[in-house]
Amino acid sequence: MTQYRVLPGPEHFLPPSAASMGICLPNPGEAHINGVIVPEEKAYEEAAKQFLMAKVPTLFPGPLVLWAWNEKAAKKATAIRHLYNTLKECVQPGQTPMLIPMPDYRPKYPKINPEVEINPNHPNLTIWHNKIDCCMFIGVHCHQANLSLKIIRGGTSCYTIAMCAQAGHEDAMLSFRDASVEKIMKLAEWVRKLKGTVQPRLTSAKSGASN
Amino acid sequence: MSKERIKISEDLYDIMPSDYQDLVKSATYGKEDRGWKDIGNSKELIEQHSLCAGCPESMAFRYILASLPNPEDTVMVGSTGCTSLVFPMVAVHNIHSLFGNQNAIASGLKRALSVRFPGRTKDVVVLAGDGATVDIGLDMTLQAWFRQEKFTTICFDNELYANTGGQESGLMQKGFVAKMAPVGKLFDKVRLPEIARESGCHYVISCTVSKPSLVEKVVRNAVMIAREIGPTYLQLYTPCILEIGKNSMEGLQEMRDSEKPTERFAYKEYISEPAKELLAEVAAKDKEKKAAAKQLAAQGA
Repeated sequence: MTQYRVLPGPEHFLPPSAASMGICLPNPGEAHINGVIVPEEKAYEEAAKQFLMAKVPTLFPGPLVLWAWNEKAAKKATAIRHLYNTLKECVQPGQTPMLIPMPDYRPKYPKINPEVEINPNHPNLTIWHNKIDCCMFIGVHCHQANLSLKIIRGGTSCYTIAMCAQAGHEDAMLSFRDASVEKIMKLAEWVRKLKGTVQPRLTSAKSGASN
Repeated sequence: MSKERIKISEDLYDIMPSDYQDLVKSATYGKEDRGWKDIGNSKELIEQHSLCAGCPESMAFRYILASLPNPEDTVMVGSTGCTSLVFPMVAVHNIHSLFGNQNAIASGLKRALSVRFPGRTKDVVVLAGDGATVDIGLDMTLQAWFRQEKFTTICFDNELYANTGGQESGLMQKGFVAKMAPVGKLFDKVRLPEIARESGCHYVISCTVSKPSLVEKVVRNAVMIAREIGPTYLQLYTPCILEIGKNSMEGLQEMRDSEKPTERFAYKEYISEPAKELLAEVAAKDKEKKAAAKQLAAQGA
């Protein structure tokens, strides 16, 4: 079993992929935290804790939920909005939850506007700009999420969570698998349940290696 | 086929960047008589891009994207070059190929689309520079034409390799001295329009992009003919103002100067007999439609 752990970075400029370091994906009903397989229930609690501890907890919905390409996608979008609203209700003064879309995977040159969007090819720009210290990817195609999560781990100290509709992501610090409306709602329930029990990191928000 | 197919999730609508909201609200997907006159009135299918200020290629892109008859069911294939800087900002499906193999990719794509969507019209349009079309990719370009692949090839001819600093290309004019070609071109500009005709293209046009209505007409014709009959080829002069020593404001004039009757970009066209018949049919149908619309308007009044 590997001793490697997927921890908040900055790891270094080109971090190894977690899979190449021996991190395995969870089976159905499980999740992973820092690369260690855990029961899904434990992951809900940890994700909710991380959100409530963060100064700028952020949700990054991708094209699979931003576009209402089927009924399920629209329902997931509603659940994401619910999770965001729950976060806003449950955080303490000084914490600023954000909801920032990843509408496009193509590199945006000459520049993107990090205040309004995130791009998988340079996600660090949005994270640095908004001082995001905990984020969750949802509705992002796996290959783009992998790329992006690795860049974030390489260059920032942001805690990453993946709510993946497939088999999960080794490169996230915490990853669910088989994402569904029910799972998103359950995470929102956990955030509500832990409201007031977690001390936010208001004084120690260090959201990026370079700023 | 219309904007019905692109809907933003209601609950996340407010966080979508405004350019995506505009695409859904006011782009001309599904509009039958779309054309360059929609530019300014509706959302263009191109966002801010990183081409040089005043680049004629950016004009050409706008006109072409405004003129595609069926943008929601069109896939564009690009190649390495200045065009590849623009494609990430284009709201039409597109694929970036390796340098030169764009026509090979388009051949496979067109065939796959016909199998996957047998009842639906799917257009494929290759858009590449002269280096990709005539030098590095000439084999793929010609083979696609020989095989009568049903898609349109558009070549942005700026007569050199622009974004690598000005090397000589096959479409450079004889004697021209560029920054990275100090000796001067020793042989004539490759006569690709003539080669296209002999290789089986049914519609071949060589012109500049100084006149948007002309670009609109040739793009529509080329796509329609490729859809029904066989390969079509447009060679559009989009001068690189930097490499020929012009200022940002001088691109349009350069094109106007180059399209005079005795110049190398004087309008030239070749239309095969079957293509002529098709265009005549399309024109007759358009005429009928207009007459019907006029009659309807008169009755309404």
